[in-house]
Amino acid sequence: MANEGVNQGRRRFLTGTTAVVGGIGAAFAATPFIKSWQPSERAKNAGAPVLQDISKIEPGQKISVLWRGSPVWIVNRTKAMLDTLPGLDGRLRDPKSLVDNQPKYAQNENRSIKPEWLVMIGICTHLGCSPEYVPEIKPEPFDPEWKGGFFCPCHKSRYDISGRVFQGVPAPANMVVPPYKFVDDTHILIGVNPEDKA
Amino acid sequence: MANVFTAIGNWVNERAPGMMPVYRKHMTEYYAPKNFNFWYYFGVLAIVVLVNQILTGIFLTMFYKPGAATAFDSVEYIMRDVDWGWLIRYMHSTGASMFFIVIYLHMFRGLMYGSYKKPRELVWLLGMFIFLALMAEAFMGYVLPWGNMSFWGAKVIISLFGAVPLIGDTLVQWIMGDYNPADATLNRFFALHVIALPLVLLLLVVLHIFALHEVGSNNPDGVEIKKKKDPATGKPLDGIPFHPYYTVHDIVGVGFFLTICAFIIFYQPTVGGWFLENDNFIQANPLVTPPEIKPVWYFTPFYGILRVIPSKGLGIFAMFASIVLLFLLPWVDRGAVKSIRYRGLGYKIALGLFALTFLLLGSIGAGLTGEAIPKLFGASADVTSIEMHFGWLLVLMYFGYFIYLWVYTAFGFEKTKPVPERVTGGGH
Repeated sequence: MANEGVNQGRRRFLTGTTAVVGGIGAAFAATPFIKSWQPSERAKNAGAPVLQDISKIEPGQKISVLWRGSPVWIVNRTKAMLDTLPGLDGRLRDPKSLVDNQPKYAQNENRSIKPEWLVMIGICTHLGCSPEYVPEIKPEPFDPEWKGGFFCPCHKSRYDISGRVFQGVPAPANMVVPPYKFVDDTHILIGVNPEDKA
Repeated sequence: MANVFTAIGNWVNERAPGMMPVYRKHMTEYYAPKNFNFWYYFGVLAIVVLVNQILTGIFLTMFYKPGAATAFDSVEYIMRDVDWGWLIRYMHSTGASMFFIVIYLHMFRGLMYGSYKKPRELVWLLGMFIFLALMAEAFMGYVLPWGNMSFWGAKVIISLFGAVPLIGDTLVQWIMGDYNPADATLNRFFALHVIALPLVLLLLVVLHIFALHEVGSNNPDGVEIKKKKDPATGKPLDGIPFHPYYTVHDIVGVGFFLTICAFIIFYQPTVGGWFLENDNFIQANPLVTPPEIKPVWYFTPFYGILRVIPSKGLGIFAMFASIVLLFLLPWVDRGAVKSIRYRGLGYKIALGLFALTFLLLGSIGAGLTGEAIPKLFGASADVTSIEMHFGWLLVLMYFGYFIYLWVYTAFGFEKTKPVPERVTGGGH
């Protein structure tokens, strides 16, 4: 191997192009491995909409339905519960639900389609714990002016009976309302919007 | 017999003449300072625990069945039906906690004697990468039994990635392979825990040791032993060959350490819920959160930082920053003197407070303060508020250590003592 007459420019060009072409090839080759971590078809099917009969839920009662591995709460709220909502605005972080944590049709004070029926993913927006349902309007150790709502035991975040987060707690946002629709007066389909076909 | 060994040795040597020099460089002709003290056991102990984790881990994989439907039962099967399975599992679970005890003490040794300082910055950086890999390894290992704390711990930790702007939610689903920690999550964590991360860890450990052996070990005096060599032999005057002197010396420490481990394994394998949390003896249940989700003790200082900061994004940022700053320590500390023996009083106090802060943050992360505050301030005390304010003070002290250390050393505030020419003590 003689070193004289080496064309440095050509050598650099060939090294550079080889690196670029090889790098693109490596990126393409890595894609299937990265994509393999996406939720599989089976996981997506298991995440399909869930139909729930709500005719047997008493006023004030909360039930949990599993949808996509998360607890979805359905609460039949009483008028007394709904009456607490307007007075809380000053103590809430996002009383008008401006953060996009609910479908458009649930962006109201009740955070629901029908005022009495609350449908919400029962997971704290702080770090994913499942808050407790504390519906009684009475002083609680964690809040002397408690108007009923949800209390997360993990880091003491508090939400009102619409899942709106109080100020001064770790949770950053209101709890998430999933897409759902009323199939008829006694059945809710969780996982699709009212305008969707399902 | 000796002739057979010599013959085999010669046979290998003729075919791979480069092997003996490597052995000599790292063992019989690696000169370690003769004044090592108690704190210099933890490097060797970390290797002992690593070997234990690999050996017991291999055997656990023979009986463990990854999968949301099978994992919990297979761990119970190991505990109840596999001959000596309980021992192998407890060796592994105790080893995990002992690994962190050893590593934290090993790191504290580095802080005390300035082992992260020039020329050992690379050793420190590689060590910090080992620490990171170890944290990932331990987290994924804790998910595998698929107890309720496994599930909720995984959910909380993975949801941290949801704070990444724009792609957060997609990233969380990508990590979990589902909409919640599920079968897919458990299987990929198993793969990472038993093969991917151990390979990374082993490689990093080898690099850590190679990097150390390039520059040589520091010592409690922070004196560079390579500066004073025997003119005739060229060997450091204050060094002794690692093998056989320190290998034999370390057997004593290893024996003592294994005795403690054996005591835990046989008498207190859960250590009162600290090594194995009570809620993890219940199978994973996505609908029921444990009364308090908290990580195993070794993550609690970092979790404490996350917990007391009332903004999710800022809390996560602070938690990661607390680890990143440790990486940068060699460049934060501008002091010329390595060992705490000859450093200024301001350094000694700061390091003591830093260690105390770390432990107290751990007590918040572990939920201890939630129990202690009503006892100290009466039952009507506002636990959340007191804990938050105390926590903020601790977070300030944690980050304050790095700022203080930089100001203290970069602007000449530190009054050091003269460092001796040769190491002191060391009766080996």
